[in-house]
Amino acid sequence: MKQLSVFIRKEFFHVFRDRKTLLLLFGMPLAQVLLFGFLLTNEIRNAKVLICDYAKDDASQRIIEKLKASRNFDVVQQKPSNAAIQEAFRKGSISLAIVLPQHLAYDLEHNHSAGVQIIADASDPNKASTLSSYATNTISAYQAEINMPVNGPRIDTEIRMIYNPELKGVYNYVPGVISLVLLLICVLMTSIAIVKEKESGTMEILLVSPLNPFLIIISKAVPYFVLSVVNLSCILLLSCTLLGMPMQGSLLLLYFESSLMILTCLSLGLLISNVTASQQAAMLISLMGMLLPTTLFSGFMFPLENMPMPLQLIANLVPSKWYYIIVKDVMIKGLGIRDVWKETLILAGMTTVLLLISVQTFKTRLAS
Amino acid sequence: MNREVVIRTDKLTKQFGDFIAADQLSIEVYAGEIFGFLGANGAGKTTAMRMLCGLSVPSSGTATIAGYDVYSQTEQIKKHIGYMSQKFSLYEDLTVRENIRFFGGIYGLSDKQIKEKSALLINTLGMEQMAAKLVADLPLGWKQKLAFSIAILHDPDIVFLDEPTGGVDPITRRQFWDLIYNAADRGITIFVTTHYMDEAEYCNRISMMVDGQVKALDTPANLKKQFNVATMDEVFFHLARSAKRKGD
Repeated sequence: MKQLSVFIRKEFFHVFRDRKTLLLLFGMPLAQVLLFGFLLTNEIRNAKVLICDYAKDDASQRIIEKLKASRNFDVVQQKPSNAAIQEAFRKGSISLAIVLPQHLAYDLEHNHSAGVQIIADASDPNKASTLSSYATNTISAYQAEINMPVNGPRIDTEIRMIYNPELKGVYNYVPGVISLVLLLICVLMTSIAIVKEKESGTMEILLVSPLNPFLIIISKAVPYFVLSVVNLSCILLLSCTLLGMPMQGSLLLLYFESSLMILTCLSLGLLISNVTASQQAAMLISLMGMLLPTTLFSGFMFPLENMPMPLQLIANLVPSKWYYIIVKDVMIKGLGIRDVWKETLILAGMTTVLLLISVQTFKTRLAS
Repeated sequence: MNREVVIRTDKLTKQFGDFIAADQLSIEVYAGEIFGFLGANGAGKTTAMRMLCGLSVPSSGTATIAGYDVYSQTEQIKKHIGYMSQKFSLYEDLTVRENIRFFGGIYGLSDKQIKEKSALLINTLGMEQMAAKLVADLPLGWKQKLAFSIAILHDPDIVFLDEPTGGVDPITRRQFWDLIYNAADRGITIFVTTHYMDEAEYCNRISMMVDGQVKALDTPANLKKQFNVATMDEVFFHLARSAKRKGD
C-alpha cells in the first residue's frame, strides 16, 4: 500500500511538472468543445447567391425580397445572362444562382405553375444541397403567402425534429469530443508514461526492486484515470452551461459509462506501451492507430449508415462507437441503463479482452 | 577477509534460441568484497547480471544470491540487492529529496527511516544545497553519486553496478570509488562491471568474460602474474583477443 502511494505521488509529480503536456491535456479539450460548439455549425450564412431576374415582375420582386431578407443569403444581382452565371461560378464568387424566368407572375396566375431554376456549385456537395434546400424553402414560403390554389388533394408533411428540435450541432459534437478526449488522454498519455520509463532506464530499476510489476501499471493508470474524470467534468460543465447541451439522463450513469470507457482506453495504452520501445513510436501508434479510426468510425463526423458494409463491421470494433452512442442516449435522450445495457455490455467485453491481452503481453515481456 | 559466499553460481547458462549468451558460469563472490565483472561488449555480462538480479530466468544451472535461489526466490533476492544501471536512472523531473523518498518507498522503508536516511545521505554527499533541486539540473557526476547512494539506501547485501562511471571525469570517478569502498567497508558486496582497467585494479577480485564464458577469475595481481604482463590492460587484451563474437 505504501509502495503504491509513493508511486502514485511520483506519477502526479511527473504530470504536474510537465507544464506543456498539462496545458495540452486541459487546453485542447476545452478548445475543441468551444470550437465545435461555436464555430462549426452546419448552418450556412451569407452565402453569395446570384439572381438572374428575367421576369422583373411582381412575383420575382417579392421572391428576391425574401431571399434578401434571409440571413443565409447574400444576394448579388446582375443583368441576367447565362454567360454571367457561368463566369461567376468559374471565378467561385458565388455558390448558388437562381434564375427567375420571364412571365413568372403571369404563369403563376394563369397556368398555376412556373419553373424557377436553382443552380448550385456542387464541388462541395453538402453545401450545395443545403443551400438549394434553403432556396427552395424560401420560394415555397412565397408560394404559401400567395396562397396558390392547388389542384387535387395535397399532402402536407409535418416535420418534427425530436431530441434536438433546433438541430444544434453541439448535440453531435460534444459526445464526439468527449470520446476523442478520453481516448487521447488515456491511450496516448498512459502509453507514453510507461514507455518513458523504458526509455530512461528507470523501468529496469523498478523491475529490480521488490515492487510488484503490476503496481507499476496501476500507479500509471490512476493519475490518468483521475485526470480523465476531471477533464470529462470540465467538458460537461462547459457544454451544459455555455453551449446549451442538455443533460437529460442520470449523471451517475454517464460517469459510470465513462469510467468503463476510460478503462478500455487505459488497457489500450498499456498494450501499446508493451509493444513499443520509444515514446515516438507510442505516440505514432496512439495517434494514427487510435485517433484516426475513432474520428472516422465513431459516427460523429461521418454517418456510419452511409459506409460500405465492411467498414461498418470495422466500426463495430471501435470502442468509441459504442461509447458515443451511450453518451448521446444518456445526455440527449435521457435513457437509462435499461436502454443502453447492450452497448455497455459490448464496451465491458472489449475492456475485459483488451485488459487480458495487455496484462498477458506485459507478463511475457517480463519473463524474457 | 570473511569468506562467506553471497553469490554462488554453478554452470549458470542463458540461451536465446541457438545463441548461448551466458555459458556455464561458475563463480563465487564473497561477502564484502569488490568483485569486478569484466568483458568486452557483447561478451554476455549484461545477460549474466540480469540473471543474478532476478530479471531473467536462467536456461540451466543453479545460482543463489544472498542465500536465495534465482528460480524460486526472486522476490527475496530483489529485497536484498541494489542495482544501478549504466543508463543514468533517477527521475530527472523529481528533486533529489523526492527521488530518495520514492526509492525508499518502493523498497518498503518507513517514513521515519526515509527521513533519517535521506538526511544522512544528503549530508554524506554534501548535497545540502542541492536537495531541493530537480535532478535534471545536477551535473552528471553528482547524479551518479546520488544514484549509487540511492541504490544502497535500503542496505542491501549486494549491489550490482553496471558500468556506473561511464562518461564521468577522473576526479568524480575517484570520488565515486571512495563511495564504493565505504559501502564495502559497511559489509555491502559490490558486483561491478567496467571498461576502465584502472578501476579493475581497485577490485579485490575480477572475472573476465569472453564469448559468454568466464575465462579468468582471480585477484588483479594474480592475473597479471598468470599472464606475465604488467597491467590489467594487457590482461584484458590477452583474453579479449581470443573472442570470436563481435562486440556490439
